[in-house]
Amino acid sequence: MIEFHLDSRSGVAPYQQVVQQVRHALRLGLLEVGDQLPTVKEVVATLAINPNTVLKAYRELEHLGLVAARPGIGVFVAKTLTDESLVAHAALRQGLGRWLAEARRAGLDEESIEALFRDVVRASSREGVA
Amino acid sequence: MTSAVLEASGLGKRYGRKWALSECTLSIPAGKVVGLVGPNGAGKTTLLNLAVGLLRPSAGSISVLGGRPGSTARQLARVGFVAQDVPTYAGMSVRDHLRLGGWMNPGWDAELARDRVERLRLDPRQRAGQLSVGQRAQLALILAVAKRPQLLVLDEPVASLDPLARREFLQGLMEAVAEQRTSVILSSHLVADLERVCEYLILLVNSRVQLSGDIDHLLATHHRLTGPRRGRQTLPGDQQVIGESHTERQSTFVVRTEGPVLDPAWSVEQLDLEDLVLAYMRRAVEERRRPALELRS
Amino acid sequence: MIRLTLRQLRTEAALVCALLALLAIVLVITGIHLEQVGHAFETTCHATATCGTAADPVLALDQGLQTMVPGLALVAPLLLGLFVAAPLIGRELETGTFRLAWTQSVTRGRWLAVKLGLVGLGSVAASALLTWLLDWWQGPLDTANRNRFDPLVFSFHGVVPVGYAAFAFALGLAAGVLLRRTVAAIALTLLGFVVARIAVTSWLRPRLAAPLHGSLSFLAAHPTLEVQAPGNAFGLAPPAVNIPDAWIYSTAVVDRAGYTPTPAYLLHACPALRTILDQGPASVPPTAVHACIQRLSTTFHTLVTYQPAARFWPFQWAETGIFVAAALVLCAAACWWLRRRYG
Repeated sequence: MIEFHLDSRSGVAPYQQVVQQVRHALRLGLLEVGDQLPTVKEVVATLAINPNTVLKAYRELEHLGLVAARPGIGVFVAKTLTDESLVAHAALRQGLGRWLAEARRAGLDEESIEALFRDVVRASSREGVA
Repeated sequence: MTSAVLEASGLGKRYGRKWALSECTLSIPAGKVVGLVGPNGAGKTTLLNLAVGLLRPSAGSISVLGGRPGSTARQLARVGFVAQDVPTYAGMSVRDHLRLGGWMNPGWDAELARDRVERLRLDPRQRAGQLSVGQRAQLALILAVAKRPQLLVLDEPVASLDPLARREFLQGLMEAVAEQRTSVILSSHLVADLERVCEYLILLVNSRVQLSGDIDHLLATHHRLTGPRRGRQTLPGDQQVIGESHTERQSTFVVRTEGPVLDPAWSVEQLDLEDLVLAYMRRAVEERRRPALELRS
Repeated sequence: MIRLTLRQLRTEAALVCALLALLAIVLVITGIHLEQVGHAFETTCHATATCGTAADPVLALDQGLQTMVPGLALVAPLLLGLFVAAPLIGRELETGTFRLAWTQSVTRGRWLAVKLGLVGLGSVAASALLTWLLDWWQGPLDTANRNRFDPLVFSFHGVVPVGYAAFAFALGLAAGVLLRRTVAAIALTLLGFVVARIAVTSWLRPRLAAPLHGSLSFLAAHPTLEVQAPGNAFGLAPPAVNIPDAWIYSTAVVDRAGYTPTPAYLLHACPALRTILDQGPASVPPTAVHACIQRLSTTFHTLVTYQPAARFWPFQWAETGIFVAAALVLCAAACWWLRRRYG
């Protein structure tokens, strides 16, 4: 079972935060096929958020084929996102570590590194769109 | 889901010669948790008091769940209300308040009320006057929820609560929504309170609805554009300007658009709900040439 | 709704009941004794034909209660208005709990009807019970005093106290609704009640019906010639007139045309007066004065202006009616004001 948390300053809609947190957990292998997600009432009682937000997030996850709802029982993980990408994580993490060390040597502080990273991600995804 | 839980048309309320609410026309969809925001004096409390039948309109009309507010016992039973400053009978105990709920409401859910009192660890023998503000708010919420209404109306319920009590109150409220599928109208001048719990937002400034819609949709269709200085007329026609500010070199616009912002000169940012509400409030205030109002209390 | 109202007034209701019960015990015990003493006296005085003159022994009994009971009867309705009626709706408006009460599944009309009906009628019933108890207790005293119609005594007899209670209740209620502050409402109720009672007792009640005039030979009642120094003003003092259970407005000595004797006429008719004026009352033998009064009685008589004992009950009902009508008007005004202010 996972626990959700909300960042009210992120600017990301609450239901999307729930979706992202489930995807994140799936990607990191924290959730596996057959695992049950918290019930709507549980999420509502801990986060003090609108139940429709949770329902909407779960519907979206269902739509993505990641979870399946069994009426009257709960929502269960139907598919993981760990497949081949998780295998590549270790190598990528190592490469990124090397790159970070290089950036620090070049005199970049934490903030500049994050800004640069975000900029490159945005630019490359824009190229992907175009 | 599509029908309106509250419909007002040309609604107005006058005290003596002063209009507390005037020419208010709005429609609130059913089955949602609706946040009613606006600066103090915007008419929120008056509107909500009209909705539960504590006041009668001086002008226009209002219908709640298809009926005239407060007109019959049946209509009263369908609407639960938590008033501002959560009034309770100071000399009566928590248990007395639950009895009162049972006496005065045919649909009273005694089990639900008892269960909630237990979970909140309220002492049934304690007098309401000795409860903390947060506990009193919870008691008022229990009274409103246990009558099993179709619509819950809450007037600034968390304004006077500390952060923990505020969170606990909203948890209790959201549980009720999850259990009973109740429609909720919740007023607040603190946008941050609404962001978590509301899915629909109505912004009221000077009795007028400035903005209303699904919060997710509102967030998705509003953007802050920052870039080299230029005028508002250079923006494409589908981008409605809500706010703008300029320095010598830079221009910042808050725009509403259904489509994507394609101009590469802009750095596009998402707005959070508070920025969004502020932008509309500022616009409304500038239209009336009045000094800026504080959104945060 | 009824249960809520009872719960809200639990303390007050318990207090009123306890006080009534306590009072009832005291009054019943002393009252039975009073009745026995009064009855015994009546039997003996009839036998010895001294009923009019001998002092009734009941008047010497329970002196403390005899002064307390009228006070209680006068104050009870006021207390009801101050501490039950004024906060009844006033406190709900003051503390905002009306917003809680009016949003339960009970319409405002019903809420108001129960508050008014239950508490109003309850108050009136309690005061009726109290009045009846006090009236019974005072029975032997009234027989002895024969002054039921006296303005002060009238106010704690018969049915008027019930009218006062209804009025005090309505006044407190209306003040609470109007001012929305319990303390201010209590003050206004106190002021309004006292003013209304004084105004009715001293101004309105004497005008409810034209008084009767009776002529008495003033020889019957031992008249005296009264000299009022300084200034040597003097006149014929009207004799004390005793009409049992009647309300006497005034007595005066007048001639057939209705004129009181002037000093000059008195001097002319009674030369002895001159001596009295000059040398003091001891200087003239009583027979001379008596002869003089005898002479005057052929021209003058005592005129009594009064309400007869038979009008006691019509007056009771009329005054009760006035207060009950005022109470109804106040209740209606309170409802109207509530409706106007809160839609």
